[in-house]
Amino acid sequence: MSDRIFGAVGLLLAAFYIWAASIIPDSFMIDVIGPRTFPYIVGAIVAICSLVFILRPDAEPAWPGMQAFAEILFAAAALMLYAWVLPEIGFVISTVFATAYLTWRLGSPPLGSVITGVLTSGGIYLVFHTILGLSLARGPFGF
Amino acid sequence: MEILNALGDGFAIALTLENLLLAFIGCFLGTLMGALPGLGPANGVAILIPIAFSLGLGPTPSLILLTSVYYGAMYGGRISSILLNIPGDEPAMMTCIDGYPMARQGRAGEALTLSGIASFVGSLFATIGLVMLAPQLVKIALLFGPAEYFVLFTLAFATLGGISSTNQAKSAFAAALGLAIAMIGSDSQTGSERFTFGHIHLYDGIDFLVAIVGLFALSEVFIFLEHHRGGSAARGGTMTIGRLLPSWATIRSCIPTMTRGTGIGFIAGVLPGAGASLGSFLAYSMEKLAVDRDGKTFGKGDPRGVAAPESGNNAAAGGALVPMLALGVPGSGTTAVLLAVLLSLNITPGPLLFTRNPDIVWGLIAALFIANFMLLALNIPMVGLFTRVLLVPTRILMPVVAMISFVGIYGITSSTFDVMLMVGFGLLGWALRKLDVPMVPIILGILLGNEMEVNLRRALQISDGDWSILFGSPLAIVLWIIAITGFVLPIVMGRRLKKRIEANRPPEETAEGD
Repeated sequence: MSDRIFGAVGLLLAAFYIWAASIIPDSFMIDVIGPRTFPYIVGAIVAICSLVFILRPDAEPAWPGMQAFAEILFAAAALMLYAWVLPEIGFVISTVFATAYLTWRLGSPPLGSVITGVLTSGGIYLVFHTILGLSLARGPFGF
Repeated sequence: MEILNALGDGFAIALTLENLLLAFIGCFLGTLMGALPGLGPANGVAILIPIAFSLGLGPTPSLILLTSVYYGAMYGGRISSILLNIPGDEPAMMTCIDGYPMARQGRAGEALTLSGIASFVGSLFATIGLVMLAPQLVKIALLFGPAEYFVLFTLAFATLGGISSTNQAKSAFAAALGLAIAMIGSDSQTGSERFTFGHIHLYDGIDFLVAIVGLFALSEVFIFLEHHRGGSAARGGTMTIGRLLPSWATIRSCIPTMTRGTGIGFIAGVLPGAGASLGSFLAYSMEKLAVDRDGKTFGKGDPRGVAAPESGNNAAAGGALVPMLALGVPGSGTTAVLLAVLLSLNITPGPLLFTRNPDIVWGLIAALFIANFMLLALNIPMVGLFTRVLLVPTRILMPVVAMISFVGIYGITSSTFDVMLMVGFGLLGWALRKLDVPMVPIILGILLGNEMEVNLRRALQISDGDWSILFGSPLAIVLWIIAITGFVLPIVMGRRLKKRIEANRPPEETAEGD
């Protein structure tokens, strides 16, 4: 079933892609096949493969339960949030939180997670910024 | 003679203090990444690329650092295979079969030393093979026109699923997805905006480093989260190493094994779509056929069963560099990532690389020879150091890996949008891995998509729109035949081979790509 759903999503994607290719504007420079032909071919391959998934699906993969699934979504959300606040509050503070969250979810006790977060953040700052001179996101406090 | 001169110049470049230091750091980090399950060569190199750039390293130093990581990971993978029966990376899978039984018999040290020597032999001769073969391949490649190049790219995608692929439709889907992503941004030929929908972030296209780090490194973090696997790899395992030096008789009995393994591995590496995992698998299977037909000692701790796959996978790693450097078409996951290094340094790989940037090619090759000796030193006397690393729990390791990926990507793009996109690619990678869609063709599609389209368009420009130019030369027809065979053959016999490889795979999941 998963493969059939995947195939259906693939078909929608291919249809969208081919439509988006068809509205590519022409430019004043022209060549023989133009900017749309190759995307059409690629879209067609996506569509053909998706049809194969629908007609001949593989065995069902081992999907995680709701809990593990939520775990992944929350982690992704946390990392998105991390990316978003990075330029606002600076590298060191945001990294403490992001690392602490991940290591907590992977099974560290809360206090251990905070310590891991502080050490990781500080360690990366020391190695990459202080020693190697990489520019990291600067917050209002300059780090 | 010409080659020796060029190699001599290469050594002059590689033997500077900076480059030696980078090679050493690369070897050390590579062995570390290889040893840790969950961090393979492909994602290890992927994480380090943006960091090498943000540090402002030049082309040759960056390549020396990153290929040393690549070679190092091939050495390091065996450590946890032998000690814990968990392959540190995919190519080290076959080493578990005889390596772990040897460790159970208290001969872990011997197995580690022997496999270290086998790795050294495999890499050393494969690097020599690279020196001999690559310039010859370049001569052929110089005959390629745009049409032949287009067919060559098609061949790379068709065979990338490899003969061990279970579902060719999924490999093809992955390749097309990569190509589709590559089309986003301004068209290089006419300047038309494609698939940008007016978003300014998309005008330059999607940075392939963002996609690579997301698909390889972050998706790995999600896999670990899904399974709540936070303990250390070494939990409860026996980690005693014992005597390091095997007897001379043992080493001598393995010499023919290493020779065969190196040969098979190198060929597997050069061929498109094979890579190091297949190299070690073939080397092990052939060795078993050659010396232990009835299965009396193999699988029960035969030293030859350790030497064969290790010489095979290291030789394949060297062999895989041949098509990557000479043709610009990688045959495996990690070489695809190394291609990304070249592309982001604005160096066009392929035959012209040898004439235009001989310093890069030969400096790199010389560095590989040097790295090999460093790796031998790191992996035999100092192997105890790396076994300690296996005690680090993944609940600390994986977040650190994730954060370093963020540092790298943010370092080169300074863009929140790109970092979020990377998280998106991580989720996509997780879902696609669940559905058994391979990652490597996606990466290769993103990397080669524009080049492939440009060649198609140039070919049709030359023929004035006549598509038969794609079949217009004997060379092109040969390439088509290989491509079609490479795509159809796995459908006929792939399932069987894959099943045999899977049967040997220990239950733990390992990092994708080799």
